[in-house]
Amino acid sequence: MFERIFESEAVAEALRIVQSEFLMAIWETLYVTILATFFAIVIGLPLGALLVVGEKDGIMPIPGWLLSFLNVLINLLRSVPFLILMIMAFPLTRLIVGTVVGTTASIPPLVLAAFPFIARLVETALREVDRNLIEMAQSMGATPMQIITKVLIPEAVPSLISSMTTAITTILGYTAMSGIIGGGGLGKIAINYGYYRYKYLVMLLAVILLIAMVQTFQSVGTKIAIKSDKRSRK
Amino acid sequence: MIEITGLTKTFKTSEGVVEALKDVDLSVADGDIYGIIGMSGAGKSTLVRCINMLEKPDSGKVLIDGIDITALDEKALRAQRKHIAMIFQGFNLLMQRSVIDNVCFPMELSGTPKSQAKARALELLDTVGLKDKANDYPARLSGGQQQRVAIARALAMDPTLLLCDEATSALDPTTTNSILSLIKDINIKLGITAVVITHQMSVVESICNRVAILDMGRVVEEGYVEEVFSHPKTEAARKLVFPESSDGGEMIIVSENQQRLIRIVFNGEEATGKPVIAQMAVLKGIEANISYASTRNIGGKVYGSMILGIPGDEETVNEALEYFKSLGVEAQEVKSNV
Repeated sequence: MFERIFESEAVAEALRIVQSEFLMAIWETLYVTILATFFAIVIGLPLGALLVVGEKDGIMPIPGWLLSFLNVLINLLRSVPFLILMIMAFPLTRLIVGTVVGTTASIPPLVLAAFPFIARLVETALREVDRNLIEMAQSMGATPMQIITKVLIPEAVPSLISSMTTAITTILGYTAMSGIIGGGGLGKIAINYGYYRYKYLVMLLAVILLIAMVQTFQSVGTKIAIKSDKRSRK
Repeated sequence: MIEITGLTKTFKTSEGVVEALKDVDLSVADGDIYGIIGMSGAGKSTLVRCINMLEKPDSGKVLIDGIDITALDEKALRAQRKHIAMIFQGFNLLMQRSVIDNVCFPMELSGTPKSQAKARALELLDTVGLKDKANDYPARLSGGQQQRVAIARALAMDPTLLLCDEATSALDPTTTNSILSLIKDINIKLGITAVVITHQMSVVESICNRVAILDMGRVVEEGYVEEVFSHPKTEAARKLVFPESSDGGEMIIVSENQQRLIRIVFNGEEATGKPVIAQMAVLKGIEANISYASTRNIGGKVYGSMILGIPGDEETVNEALEYFKSLGVEAQEVKSNV
């Protein structure tokens, strides 16, 4: 399948496509990834926090049935394959965006797939915060809300940044899949040219770009996480 | 003034029900430094946590300046807690906040304006001798420095009561002393009542005025430190005051053919620095061999016991016993130290 990808004709065509379409595709990928991550965090962060503080012996207990419901919901959404979830989300997508095709239309299913994942990451990060710090804040008369916003989350920041880096790279991978339902970006190019039209060089270039983007997000995220951690003695 | 009456707390664990506190009565006077000492598992931490309701007792009352803190609702309790500061064994500083922001934390919770809080925090850091570290992060400080920051933070809301939960247990002896003298200073200068939880005798000896000995969830002895430590009445108290002697298994000394044993007991004599044992050798020509010794200096008075090996016969031993009696030191011949 790859034996003829470097023939001069194929290379020339690929270069043409790179020039005419890649810049837009990179932009679309970034646009979808960043917006989807943002909305997924908006939903996932409070939800993840609720899973920790809402426990029976947590600082803001919620009814047991509600906690179980949230846990089941999260597990359910996480176990549906993204491709299927995308299709199942059509009614919701139409409700929010007005259409189910196109770049913007790929954001709601991405958010739907990512927020449960982020909620779990947040949950893990917040659970790592020293329980003694919560007790300290309680001993000073902190309200549960103050404990969440001034102790739990700030103390978990380095770990949260690492988690969000994982999330953004995963979402970036998912955006490529949304090419199937007409979402834009590098994924669409890889599928349209590579899978449907056998232009493997174009597909390869799109994939390399996706890898480069994941690498960039990951290394920048890791750097920020390390830098933000005041526990390091440097 | 703290008055604790009939405080009981049980925990349900996987191994069954544990009675952490059993009908505890205690009262702490204003401006006092009150020690609560006990072996680990005696219930001391549970007891101190009931004073600010971090632990809810099953029954009993905790009156702080007449207010029954066990009867307050969440909101009133939060307000009350602002007057009760607490410092911990693990310091519990927010690691992602700078030193000054840690000190500002309780003021932030109460909505004190930022500039005002910062100014107050600097003042407090000056009090604990860490003004120059204001912008550092806790991870860069030593344990003693971290506890000083925690103390500055504890003072931020002008508390009337300071609870110290094993506050020096994670520190080396020198640092422990400096933290203890800081607590004493605060007590004297600001008139803050302190309740000090510890398993270390030395902590109680050096700063506490009164002490309660907690054993298996009960207060077994209570009173002025010198009184309680000089005449420990219960087994639990003796274990704390003379951990070595009641250990039994650690070291058993028995009299042999060549030497006989006498036990001398110091019971609160003034520590004059007179070398009693050496003088016995000089004056009486009896060269005693110290087989075992456990003495303490509590408030300038000596408490404890020694086992001396006396070489020789009945006569020598009697002579030695006479010598000690003449000094007012209790002495008797024993067969072994147990």
